[in-house]
Amino acid sequence: MLRYVFRRLLTAIPTLFVIVTMAFFLMRVAPGGPFNQERGLSPEIKANLEAQFGLNDPLWLQYVHYLGNLLRGNFGPSYNMPDFTVTELFAKGLPISVQLGASALILALLLGSVLGTIAALNQNKLGDYTVIALATAGSTIPTFVIAPVIQLLFGLTWKLLPIGGWGDGAFINKVGPVLTLALPQIAIVARLMRGSMIESLRSHHIRTARALGLSDWSVVVKHALRGAILPIVSFTGPAAAALLTGSVIVETIFSIPGVGRYFVDAALNRDYTLVMGTVVVIAIFTIVFNLIVDVMYAVVDPRVRYD
Amino acid sequence: MGTADMATPETILSVKDLRVRFRTLDGTVEAVKGINIHVNAGETVAVVGESGSGKSQTMMAAMSLLASNGEATGSVDYRGRNLLTLSKSDLNKVRGAKISMIFQEPMTSLDPLYSIGNQLIEPIRRHRGLNAAEAREEALKLLRLVHIPDPERRMKSYPHEMSGGQRQRVMIAMALANDPDILIADEPTTALDVTIQAQILMLLAELQRKLGMAIVFITHDLGIVRRFADRVYVMRQGEVVEEGEAGAIFANPRHAYTKMLLAAEPTGSKAPPPANAPVVLEGRHVEVTFRIGGGFLAGEPLMLRAVDDISIRLQRNQTIGIVGESGSGKSTLGRALLRLLPSDGLIRFGDRDISTADRQAMRPLRRQMQLVFQDPFGSLSPRMTVGQVITEGLLVHEPNLSGKQRDQRAVEALLEVGLDPNARNRYPHEFSGGQRQRIAIARAMILKPKMVVLDEPTSALDRSVQKQIVELLRKLQADHELSYLFISHDLSVVRAMADYIIVMKQGKIVEEGQTEAIFSNPQHVYTQTLMAAAIDVTRFRLSA
Repeated sequence: MLRYVFRRLLTAIPTLFVIVTMAFFLMRVAPGGPFNQERGLSPEIKANLEAQFGLNDPLWLQYVHYLGNLLRGNFGPSYNMPDFTVTELFAKGLPISVQLGASALILALLLGSVLGTIAALNQNKLGDYTVIALATAGSTIPTFVIAPVIQLLFGLTWKLLPIGGWGDGAFINKVGPVLTLALPQIAIVARLMRGSMIESLRSHHIRTARALGLSDWSVVVKHALRGAILPIVSFTGPAAAALLTGSVIVETIFSIPGVGRYFVDAALNRDYTLVMGTVVVIAIFTIVFNLIVDVMYAVVDPRVRYD
Repeated sequence: MGTADMATPETILSVKDLRVRFRTLDGTVEAVKGINIHVNAGETVAVVGESGSGKSQTMMAAMSLLASNGEATGSVDYRGRNLLTLSKSDLNKVRGAKISMIFQEPMTSLDPLYSIGNQLIEPIRRHRGLNAAEAREEALKLLRLVHIPDPERRMKSYPHEMSGGQRQRVMIAMALANDPDILIADEPTTALDVTIQAQILMLLAELQRKLGMAIVFITHDLGIVRRFADRVYVMRQGEVVEEGEAGAIFANPRHAYTKMLLAAEPTGSKAPPPANAPVVLEGRHVEVTFRIGGGFLAGEPLMLRAVDDISIRLQRNQTIGIVGESGSGKSTLGRALLRLLPSDGLIRFGDRDISTADRQAMRPLRRQMQLVFQDPFGSLSPRMTVGQVITEGLLVHEPNLSGKQRDQRAVEALLEVGLDPNARNRYPHEFSGGQRQRIAIARAMILKPKMVVLDEPTSALDRSVQKQIVELLRKLQADHELSYLFISHDLSVVRAMADYIIVMKQGKIVEEGQTEAIFSNPQHVYTQTLMAAAIDVTRFRLSA
């Protein structure tokens, strides 16, 4: 198993290399540059800036420089927020996004699994229909609708929650964004869980467990649920990578200083180093969580063995 | 095997006017239509019938294991209590303790995620309230009772690490954990190889002698009934059509359906082709090796030789039966000879060397070498009409045919396999297993092949349907001078179909020869074991 993890981490290196390379050159194909602002810098200043950041060098040289810096853990300065390096921006924003994303993910997994299981146990009955209706609503109502509604009801009308802001990480400030992030995920998990639980409950070994007179708790939780959890585990990998790296919409609406906004802002501003930094962070999260998922698979299912 | 005290047979289970209904999209289907069955202490009762007879659903209803759209009425009395009306918690004191059940599917009936020990200990603790250490001791005793070798180590094994036969032994151990009055065995050996079937049946007989429980066999296999049952219920379409002492039913069946079941064993034999008949397909030193695992940093792959140095010569109008248990490589050999799998060695089709022919080169030959699979449910696309299914090959091999001509060929092919030509406008799911197998055969025959590989074509079918398919295949062979490669684990069907037999074990030929020679005088120990097991179990020649 350790050997397997080691091997996977080793293969992550060429993967990352390919991603970085593709992102680097694709971004340069897009027209414009970091200093082509509508405000219009004077040509001299622009030339100075470009010279300072090495943007006049041939592309391959810039690429080599970037890779060299990356290997030393240096993501470079942000072009549009020149007071900060990309590393500093992530050091500040990433913990915030991770906190929100992780809370939302845990909430979604717990609540979604419970709802999905309830639906499966009451297949084609009221409980099932209720969960399906909620899940359909949850996955169809977009976050940019949920977020303002939460702000309106809980913030303005009932004054239970702040309307926005990070508030230095006060619990009350996290409730709105976490709920907004979690709701669509709860819906997805509930639907996944319902499907795989229905299948699991129909399997032959569940029939065996019932024939042996085991309690409902044992039949459902010990035998059916563990088998049904595998699709949820697979879902968790990409979902975690997406949630933990922040959400543009949620962070914008709730004025949260996370990293979710960077990707869009940086891409629009051609802030090359920040885009590259975001790509690398998301890639690492994706690779790591997919690895965790594969390891979890082996933990849950003894038939899965890596060597 | 059970010798119930004839003077005072105590009835412990009594099923009265049991009806089982399933609510489906097409309305309510009645699977069991008011039947009466009883079981006396210590006796062996067989409930016999073909698929769809309701024999399994009867016992599923008794155990409250019906699917969620099923509903049972009537009564199932166990020692004075109606199981159908018991509360869930009272029912769970009977299930797994007083009445227990083993199933047809040993490969999937155990929970794949827990060790054998864990699964054995759970019902013991639940029903007897033992502590973990005591329950563990009991579990070990049970594994010894069902003759699992090295039980200490097996406690830690997971189901996927065991063979089908061993899993079925573990199932039996779980069912017997709490010393039940009644063991319901639902087709307990159907999914197993013949030699393993015999072992499991012997084990059940031995356990019944030791423990004295009653056994209810649900089975389609009259061999088992003949050898083991004291009394028999014959079921058909949800009704009991005949019941009585096993001996009496076999000696003097009264109902036409029982007579038909008894006569359903495939019979007859096939004469070998003339020695100078042209060779259709020849393989010399054919080998197939599978590569398992390996890759980047994963070390050397494991090489598995599935087919090991096999030579075979199939003449026109000949049927070679390839016999062996699961994993013997018989299906792999069939696919390799059709060049559906990469292989080493020489393969000739007619006078052409096709050992190295690629897809392109094989395509024109494909129509002459067809394949029919075991599973009549999985091998027909559910989204195509029967007409589309059987004419699909014509689109490739005779692209010049007009739609009308193709349709005409479909009509001919369906008539040839004994189906109504109107079938071509319907979908596969509307047909029974036997009819689907006829469709699969029509799909092969429409191309007018020279040879057909038949991979367990009758194994998924009821005996009476098997017999019809065997007769159909024989007729087609006679009409078209076909050559068959008949792959099967079922010796009685092979005996009726093949004129030459190859016995395979672990990828190698252990014995080959003319059918009658092999059956009358098997040389190799393995062939003898196979024959003995088959005759013990599936033939009713031995008396109980």
